[in-house]
Amino acid sequence: MSELAASRAQSFKAPTLLSAKRAALWIATAAVMAVLPLLFKQSFAISLLSQMGIQVIFALSYNMLLGQTGLLSFGHAVYYGLGAYVCAHALNAVAANTFGVPVTLLPLIGGVTGLAFGIVFGFVSTKRSGTPFAMISLGIAEMVAACALMFPGFFGGEGGIPTNRMVGEKILGVSYGPQIQVYYLIAAWCLVCMIAMFALTQTPLGRMANAVRDNPERAKFVGYNPTHVRFLMLCLASFFAGIAGGLATINYEIVTAENVGVAVSGNVLIMAFVGGIGSFYGPIIGAILISFLQSALSAYTQAWLLYFGLFFVVMILFAPGGIASLITLHGPTWKARLMGRLIPSYARAAVALVILLAGLVMLVEMVYHLKAGGGEGAGFSILGLLLEPEKSSAWLMGLGVFALGAVLTAWSTRAVRRTWQAIAAELQMREAS
Amino acid sequence: MTSALELRAVHKSFGKTAIINGVDLSITKGERHAIIGPNGAGKSTLFNLISGRFPLTAGEIHLHGRNVTGMAPQEINRRGLGRSFQITNIFPRMTVYENLRCAVLWSLGYRYAFWKRVNALSDACEKADEMVHRLGLSKRRERLAGVLSYAEQRALEIGVTIAGGADVILLDEPTAGMSHTETEQAVQLIHSVTQGKTLIMVEHDMSVVFGLADRISVLVYGKVLACDAPTAIRANPAVQEAYLGAMEH
Repeated sequence: MSELAASRAQSFKAPTLLSAKRAALWIATAAVMAVLPLLFKQSFAISLLSQMGIQVIFALSYNMLLGQTGLLSFGHAVYYGLGAYVCAHALNAVAANTFGVPVTLLPLIGGVTGLAFGIVFGFVSTKRSGTPFAMISLGIAEMVAACALMFPGFFGGEGGIPTNRMVGEKILGVSYGPQIQVYYLIAAWCLVCMIAMFALTQTPLGRMANAVRDNPERAKFVGYNPTHVRFLMLCLASFFAGIAGGLATINYEIVTAENVGVAVSGNVLIMAFVGGIGSFYGPIIGAILISFLQSALSAYTQAWLLYFGLFFVVMILFAPGGIASLITLHGPTWKARLMGRLIPSYARAAVALVILLAGLVMLVEMVYHLKAGGGEGAGFSILGLLLEPEKSSAWLMGLGVFALGAVLTAWSTRAVRRTWQAIAAELQMREAS
Repeated sequence: MTSALELRAVHKSFGKTAIINGVDLSITKGERHAIIGPNGAGKSTLFNLISGRFPLTAGEIHLHGRNVTGMAPQEINRRGLGRSFQITNIFPRMTVYENLRCAVLWSLGYRYAFWKRVNALSDACEKADEMVHRLGLSKRRERLAGVLSYAEQRALEIGVTIAGGADVILLDEPTAGMSHTETEQAVQLIHSVTQGKTLIMVEHDMSVVFGLADRISVLVYGKVLACDAPTAIRANPAVQEAYLGAMEH
């Protein structure tokens, strides 16, 4: 019985210890969010950070469905977009003095809107799971997108609903005029939502969502109705999506039909997937990275959608578990203090990948340059390198760099694999001894 | 005294094919009952009917004297019936401990709560831990269920089936595919965890059946050919002809 006593003791010590660690982690997160705009002061950076905060909430809410409950939704933007629309109307009503709510709490209206639509649409869609659920979610998304054009009174037609966040009374001098104030509003809501969504994973419902994801049949035979679990998770996910939508209204001061569109639903799927749906923090990484790529790449190149698509395909092919899974993969090596061994082969692989990427970028940019028919005969330059797409030498150079990169990548990834095998063997030996 | 489980004229057809042709069965409280029969006799179908996985074509099923015919699996489970599956049916991407904790949540009344921390539910944690220990899986506590060995998964399957405190337990071929020693351990486990409960199991291994069962039902072509104590079943000429005799070949 002493073993049982020991295992009991372990199970009751564990949660308190972990939550102290977690509290520290949340405080650190809050500190980082507070400090970031002091480090990146350009207005471009503050806007990007605001965007990231909104997308973090949105992606995490999406993962409550995909990662935690196993529900692949193609229509999560419905709750985000409708939350945003209702918030825009609420803001305009505040401006017209027909409604009173402080802007700080406006996202809550978005959340309640998301929740309400989650209850309605969820009631229909969660009766099914798997592919039928995905198809129903797509149908609902198309339906709402169609409504956006059919009811211009609410959705504002093609122009959308413009609004103004500087309404209502100032509280402690906060008018939400300057973007930095909006950033801190978003950051605060983001932190609260992250903690709430994390806490949700630690509840009976959160655990049963995992159970239903893994095996709905078995969930029934331990007393749970999988449909109810899915429905509740969808309602709660819609609530958080609505909050993200409300913040988007405040941030952009306009809501258009795009916000409820399938493109936004696809984008949140990509964010969650690239970050990694298997862990809680995966979608946070995905939302930050994808938001960054979208605004940074689109500022530099017309071909950004192509790069973006390529990046997604490569991620799905080589890291189907997302970035979070790559981090998790290194956990045992890190603990065994063997990371040092990986560095040389990783460095070589990184150089090879940069060369491969450079070749690819040269070729893609030349194609786009020719197609766009930019400056007659003149070339263009990337990082100081002049490229003249009308000369065959430029193409030969591009192809050459690309080929070199491909060969080096093939060679260096083999070295990475060998190092991994050696480490795996060593870890096994250590475990045995 | 009412029986723990009672089947009255249970029929099941898939299309025009009748699989269960009028099964009457009364299982008393605390009994260990085995259902044997050749392949295709309808043993697993019978389990699927009792546990609510399939609807009945005709007949009634009573659990603790209450009619549960037509109820959903989770409703029948909440009334005290647990079942295991022939093909392992656990939560593969959750740890052994989490599997068992999920199995006890409903019975402790936590339902769909999303305002309580599961780690703070000491009764659920304690019950799950106790079950981990009873299953002999203490060293595997934090392993994902999907990576356990086959025998360990089968043990976990039994654990998930009984952890919620069900008092009528249906086990579908609990020792199928196990080695001799694994089977012995499984029998010990089944024996210990079903103390004071009603057990009904489908099993092909005759040493397991005769070792565990108080009574045996022989199911042939969807009908109960005989239902009696093991010694009487062994001596029953009809059973010998229909089933046991055929097994000798």
